[in-house]
Amino acid sequence: MIETGLDIAAIRKDFPILQRKVNGYPLIYLDNAATSQTPKQVVDVIVDYYTRYNANIHRGVHALSQEATDAYEKARGKVQRHFNAAKAYEIVLTSGTTHGINLVASGFTGFLKPGDEVMVSAMEHHSNIVPWQMLCERSGATLKVIPMTQEGELAMDQYATLLNTRTRLVFCNHVSNALGTVNPIEDIIHLAHQEGAAVLIDGAQAAPHLKADMQQLDVDFYTVSGHKMYGPTGIGMLYGKEEWLQKLPPYQGGGEMIEEVRFEKTTYAGLPHKFEAGTPNICGGIAFGAAIDYINGIGMEAIARYEAELLDYATRKLLEIPGLRIYGTARHKTAVISFNINGIHPYDIGTLLDQMGIAVRTGHHCAQPVMDFYGIPGTVRASFSFYNTEEEADKLADAVEKARQMLA
Amino acid sequence: MTIQEIQQEIVDEFSMFDDWMQRYEYMIELGKSLPLIDDKYKDEDHIVKGCQSKVWVHAELKDDRLVFTADSDAIITKGIIAILVRAFSDQRPADIIEADTAFIDEIGLKEHLSPTRANGLVNMIKQLKLYAVAYQTQLN
Repeated sequence: MIETGLDIAAIRKDFPILQRKVNGYPLIYLDNAATSQTPKQVVDVIVDYYTRYNANIHRGVHALSQEATDAYEKARGKVQRHFNAAKAYEIVLTSGTTHGINLVASGFTGFLKPGDEVMVSAMEHHSNIVPWQMLCERSGATLKVIPMTQEGELAMDQYATLLNTRTRLVFCNHVSNALGTVNPIEDIIHLAHQEGAAVLIDGAQAAPHLKADMQQLDVDFYTVSGHKMYGPTGIGMLYGKEEWLQKLPPYQGGGEMIEEVRFEKTTYAGLPHKFEAGTPNICGGIAFGAAIDYINGIGMEAIARYEAELLDYATRKLLEIPGLRIYGTARHKTAVISFNINGIHPYDIGTLLDQMGIAVRTGHHCAQPVMDFYGIPGTVRASFSFYNTEEEADKLADAVEKARQMLA
Repeated sequence: MTIQEIQQEIVDEFSMFDDWMQRYEYMIELGKSLPLIDDKYKDEDHIVKGCQSKVWVHAELKDDRLVFTADSDAIITKGIIAILVRAFSDQRPADIIEADTAFIDEIGLKEHLSPTRANGLVNMIKQLKLYAVAYQTQLN
């Protein structure tokens, strides 16, 4: 038994979906890196919003609008404190990580010129590659890639060599979605700053598992998705240092983001509203705050400890299966196991696991460059959360072995 | 046999199984009997788009009938395309175009019809029907 002081049985009761059966088997949900499940505490907040105080925010003089505005801004404060941003207005509430990345990529268009360089890591999600390729096309800047090693770690020595005074921006994920590698972002940020480059960290896969401190990291931009942090879909955060957010032009035009509109000239609202055009995802924002309360109620350190033990246990169990290879064996990982069995297509394994009620992801995980690096079409990815158990890891290993026997 | 008769035959075969394992094991078996596509056709032109695994399909007109060959790099997908090839191969293009595919539901492969299934069974059916349309035009 894993001894970390968490009452997992009690925690599981917070997630009614975990009681479901799939194809006649009890659901084993191991696709947490794609989206996490939502505890009833968060669902209750969503229901409460729509049953008691649904209203548009920041404008209304009536009571409901005031209440909704207060709740929404209170949620922003929770996000700010969780990520230890210096100011609440450095937190832009977005629709998710992809939105945050595109907002920054779009804003940088005018800041770059041909000859400038931007750098991404070799293990990015497509959402942290394509917007930068588009930015390079618009601005004439060149895209450079920080290479990775067989273990699935970034080649930091080569990163240091690639950085130069022409480097204007560096983009890297905190945790790789395909491999689970925790990247040394402190060093990445520090080295980039020495060359005068700004850094955006995609924290989507890190935020559910570890605490990121914006001030301590001294990061320029950090972006996450609420739905991977036990909140709803369609909400996320972009943290930006005040000086950068002041400099960046607005991303979208519309209501909420203006101070004054005349046909001759419009002046924009202050931070963060400059970047929050239109009616935001009010309920999503409030529920995101509730999700942050929920994980802090369990404790990020306890979560990290428990998940590390679970990763260790599941890794050992899976490695007992003949011909099974794990991709991504970095020293520092979150609870993600990306694997293949010799000679078997990941899709076949995923299909049979689904028949046994086990939800995993198969394919390239929106990280084709990582799959190309290993020369494989994809992997089976089991990604764990604090509500998963050793017993589920056992069942996963048994099911994978059963699938192997059927497919061999 | 007509397409409908073959489909009924497949449905009858699958109705003998009472759990998913037997169904999938049989599907894997069927994959082994798939008339394989010539290696020279395993190219971009013959690939079925929208699948997580690779699926290649080739069609050839023999007299007035369309003959399919195919392959996949995944075993279950190979079983699925084998079922489709068995149902549609050696038939007149006009009949293939008209053919119903409800039998897929009946053999318990419904989940593969969902648009979220990266292995688009839907795309495979579409591809077979597209071949039929192309050759039908040629026959006219």
